[in-house]
Amino acid sequence: MAVSRLASSSLSKLLLRPLSAPPFSRHFSAAASDDDWTVLTIETSIPFTGHRIDPPSRSVDTTRKELLSFFRDMARMRRMEISADSLYKAKLIRGFCHLYDGQEAVAIGMEAAITKRDSIITAYRDHCTFLGRGGTLVEVFSELMGRRSGCSKGKGGSMHFYKKEAGFYGGHGIVGAQVPLGCGLAFAQKYSKDETVTFALYGDGAANQGQLFEALNISALWDLPVILVCENNHYGMGTAEWRASKSPAYYKRGDYVPGLKVDGMDVLAVKQACKFAKEHVLKNGPIILEMDTYRYHGHSMSDPGSTYRTRDEISGVRQERDPIERVRKLILTYEMACASELKDIEKEIRKEVDEAIRQAKESPMPDPFELFTNVYVKGYGVEALGADRKEVKAFLP
Amino acid sequence: MAAALQTAAALMASSNLVVNSERFRFGSLLRSPAGRKGSVLVVKSDGRHSVSFNAGLRGGHLITNAVAAKSEASAKSTDSKPGHEVLLFEALREGLEEEMDRDPRVCIMGEDVGHYGGSYKVTKGLAEKYGDLRVLDTPIAENSFTGMGIGAAMMGLRPVVEGMNMGFLLLAFNQISNNCGMLHYTSGGQFTIPIVIRGPGGVGRQLGAEHSQRLESYFQSIPGLQMVACSTPYNAKGLMKAAIRSENPVVLFEHVLLYNLKERIPDEDYICCLEEAEMVRPGEQVTILTYSRMRYHVMQAAKTLVNKGYDPEVIDIRSLKPFDLYRIGNSVKKTHRVLIVEECMRTGGIGASLRAAIIDNFWDYLDAPVMCLSSQDVPTPYAGTLEDWTVVQPAQIVAAVEQLCQ
Repeated sequence: MAVSRLASSSLSKLLLRPLSAPPFSRHFSAAASDDDWTVLTIETSIPFTGHRIDPPSRSVDTTRKELLSFFRDMARMRRMEISADSLYKAKLIRGFCHLYDGQEAVAIGMEAAITKRDSIITAYRDHCTFLGRGGTLVEVFSELMGRRSGCSKGKGGSMHFYKKEAGFYGGHGIVGAQVPLGCGLAFAQKYSKDETVTFALYGDGAANQGQLFEALNISALWDLPVILVCENNHYGMGTAEWRASKSPAYYKRGDYVPGLKVDGMDVLAVKQACKFAKEHVLKNGPIILEMDTYRYHGHSMSDPGSTYRTRDEISGVRQERDPIERVRKLILTYEMACASELKDIEKEIRKEVDEAIRQAKESPMPDPFELFTNVYVKGYGVEALGADRKEVKAFLP
Repeated sequence: MAAALQTAAALMASSNLVVNSERFRFGSLLRSPAGRKGSVLVVKSDGRHSVSFNAGLRGGHLITNAVAAKSEASAKSTDSKPGHEVLLFEALREGLEEEMDRDPRVCIMGEDVGHYGGSYKVTKGLAEKYGDLRVLDTPIAENSFTGMGIGAAMMGLRPVVEGMNMGFLLLAFNQISNNCGMLHYTSGGQFTIPIVIRGPGGVGRQLGAEHSQRLESYFQSIPGLQMVACSTPYNAKGLMKAAIRSENPVVLFEHVLLYNLKERIPDEDYICCLEEAEMVRPGEQVTILTYSRMRYHVMQAAKTLVNKGYDPEVIDIRSLKPFDLYRIGNSVKKTHRVLIVEECMRTGGIGASLRAAIIDNFWDYLDAPVMCLSSQDVPTPYAGTLEDWTVVQPAQIVAAVEQLCQ
């Protein structure tokens, strides 16, 4: 008992690791910070750690426009997840609802480094990743409430968000099953000679799945342009990482595959790592990125999130490492916007989210006949009409 | 190209399908409609025919399920009979090769399919022809390479995933069930998964319990999946091609013992409809429904039955999911007695579902209970005699028909 308490408190200490140095270096290339496109070089809070690879530099280029967009997008994601929480408690969202607040920097930083032609595939904690890929709030809330205007027509639910045009491949309920799919996406990209990459996201819980290592082996053998991203929020539902994994250094788990450990709460670090990873895999085959991040909510809405960790730990991380606060501090320090402007942005977002919820609530439920649509594709020739078919038709192409 | 049919005699000679000559009425159709672009005569195996026009046909003409005869201009065969003889595994390979030529997105993934040529020689020679990117040797990791095939299909490729033995695909059950079958639905139609999963299954010659599995019974409840079972070189090639062209995920069940069957198949491009059953022997007295290897046990029993004076109608259902209830229903309405002969186990097999479907839909037409002969609910033993007692034998089929027709 004493051992476990000791271990968990040392975990908490690890998570609350304060920023050792100021989060930025005072190298500006231009004096005024009003210009949207002036490039600033900012240092990440902690350096990257590499496994079998030289980590990229700590200095990240960014602009005012980019930082403000980070702030806006992350605040929108945060607001969306908190609203989803209230909708769930109001029983408008049913089933499973896995919230991403606290981890927004991973989704936003990744988007900043890639294009919509690259692909992202993730597990069930997909609301914010979907938003980052270009999904709208109305699509999110409608799908969560099972309405017709949802991204999967209301038939998928929280764990099945997809957006084909934007290269977002879901949204998968079974832990770890998305990693082979992601390697398959990368295979198709290599086959079509696209020069694009796939980011296959999974959690610290899924890192122990066999199919992950199988897929990693095949990807390394065939030099596939896949980046495996472990979003390590330190808890696999109720089990802390030190109780589930003998080796919690997930970026080293690839053995022969290089890895990089990234501070997942620092959006600029994530952006730098993803850019570096994309360049690397296009030439050298797969790489593993471990994003050290944290979720404020429990595993899902049915999990209070406080039985396996202390409230102090949660609030500690929120104070020390919150991604949105970090960007806010950056913006204020560089005088890119004043505090009231940021407050206004947050107010706008609140209104946006409320409006989207209102629209989603008005959207109707799917029609009953939608129960049977999209089971099969009306493909080559014959229609599958079910057990009481009366006629077999063959249409030639 | 217009497909003009010659006499019925030429048709009869070109395949081992036994058909009633009076079912073919071609007088009015000898002169095909104008339009070199693509009017095609479609002849179904029960004699129904139709002519349709086809604008924008890609390459060659396409005849679905037709007993095709060549037009006078292309009668170049040195044999007196049209077509060419192949073994079943060669027919599968021909189907694969033709589809890979036709569509650059088709690729093959599996264990030992490339350099080794396939454990049953189905993919022999394809790796040399198409290279390592299209014929891929995978490590022994069914769960992940099936998942990778599905991921590639989500992005538009058309992979053909081979399970060296269908039983190994149990390791990939999650991928097949959740991702392959359901993604089209849960994404609201955004993604199609045009994957083909194929491999040999069924009870072989003393292969042991784990290598004699019949996976059709496990996969049959997965919504969104189509399942077909081939039994002759003709339908093996046709179903392989249709499965590759289909936008749905298709599981193609081959049988370990049928790979060396020889048959003469047409030279032309043809496909078999995925959802159709095949009439093997028309009859009037009792309908025997079967598929895959049991077809041959049934035909052997049918010989005995005909000698004893019975008239069984034998239908190879081919499409295991969904069932071709149209053809099956017409047969039941004619004969009023049904016997299902399958290789699955009694509990939860294809026969069990088929029986339920027939009872639900055709109860009023039945004069006798629907009988189902299936394998015993035991792991397949190694000893030869025990293995023979596990599966249905022709003598049991004869006895069952005699009992049904009392």
